[in-house]
Amino acid sequence: MNKKNKIKIVVNGKLLTVNIKYSLKNLIEKLKTPINKVAIELNEEIVDKKKLNKIFLKNKDKIEIVHFIGGG
Amino acid sequence: MKSDILKIANKKFKSRLIVGTGKYKSMKECANAIKISGAEIVTVAVRRVNILDRSKPLLMDYIDPKKIMYLPNTAGCFTSKDALRTLRLAREIGGWKIVKLEVLGDKKNLFPDMIETLKSTEILTREGFKVMVYCNDDPLMCKRLENSGASAIMPLAAPIGSGLGIQNKTNIKILRYQTKVPLIIDAGIGQASDAVEAMEMGCDAVLINTAIAKAKKPFQMAEAMKYAVISGRKSFLSGRIIPNFQGSPSTTKKGLI
Repeated sequence: MNKKNKIKIVVNGKLLTVNIKYSLKNLIEKLKTPINKVAIELNEEIVDKKKLNKIFLKNKDKIEIVHFIGGG
Repeated sequence: MKSDILKIANKKFKSRLIVGTGKYKSMKECANAIKISGAEIVTVAVRRVNILDRSKPLLMDYIDPKKIMYLPNTAGCFTSKDALRTLRLAREIGGWKIVKLEVLGDKKNLFPDMIETLKSTEILTREGFKVMVYCNDDPLMCKRLENSGASAIMPLAAPIGSGLGIQNKTNIKILRYQTKVPLIIDAGIGQASDAVEAMEMGCDAVLINTAIAKAKKPFQMAEAMKYAVISGRKSFLSGRIIPNFQGSPSTTKKGLI
């Protein structure tokens, strides 16, 4: 019963289980990601950060959250 | 001296030293070295956020992108597809349009894959990016990059991180002669004299990471590189004397006792 309300997603290569009707905004808030310092990809498509609350995640969705680090 | 401004994709810079932000012991050390170097542009990489450990400090907390221009780089990309994906994400983080393209072809010597590099330059330019391109020192390929709309040509002096200095001076001189956009030596600088040499050859700037970050005293080396670039540039602009195998006394004979 409970399983029906859950979906599995992969965030930065890590498997996470979340509720259905879970939006990208919910995810970003849960991860406490500083939104203005990252870029987000959903299944290899860049996501408009202004529309996060309108994008609901589906089972097996792959999300990448990236930021700047030191590099040459 | 009249103000000597470096112009890349219509942006103006006083410093001709660009530094990388990798390989430092800490972000604090990195930020301090950048400050001492006087650089106005730093290269940065795009990587996954650590979603499990949020206590890790962020680069932006140490180096303010409003004060120092971030130059997103595709370090570690071996295909055009990966490089394009990385730079599109970089642009999304905060509107970065000036980027550094680097498509590597060999895991050992880190030489660029010029076919993939050229292909990526063409696509990125069409998408409105201003592309500064890491490349080999082949004048023909560099010309093709320039014709494809590259905003800066960035030939290697030697393999990335090798510290060997400028290996092919003839090619760099040919590149200086033919290149109309900024010509920036990227990779292979080991010590201050290498930076001086690049600037004396007329290069518009140098990009240094390992030589500063991995020096025993990074802050002192950052300062040395700062002055090396200034010194080399002034020397280039001053019009050096013609080398002569005969001696020429510095003091007049008049009044000799």
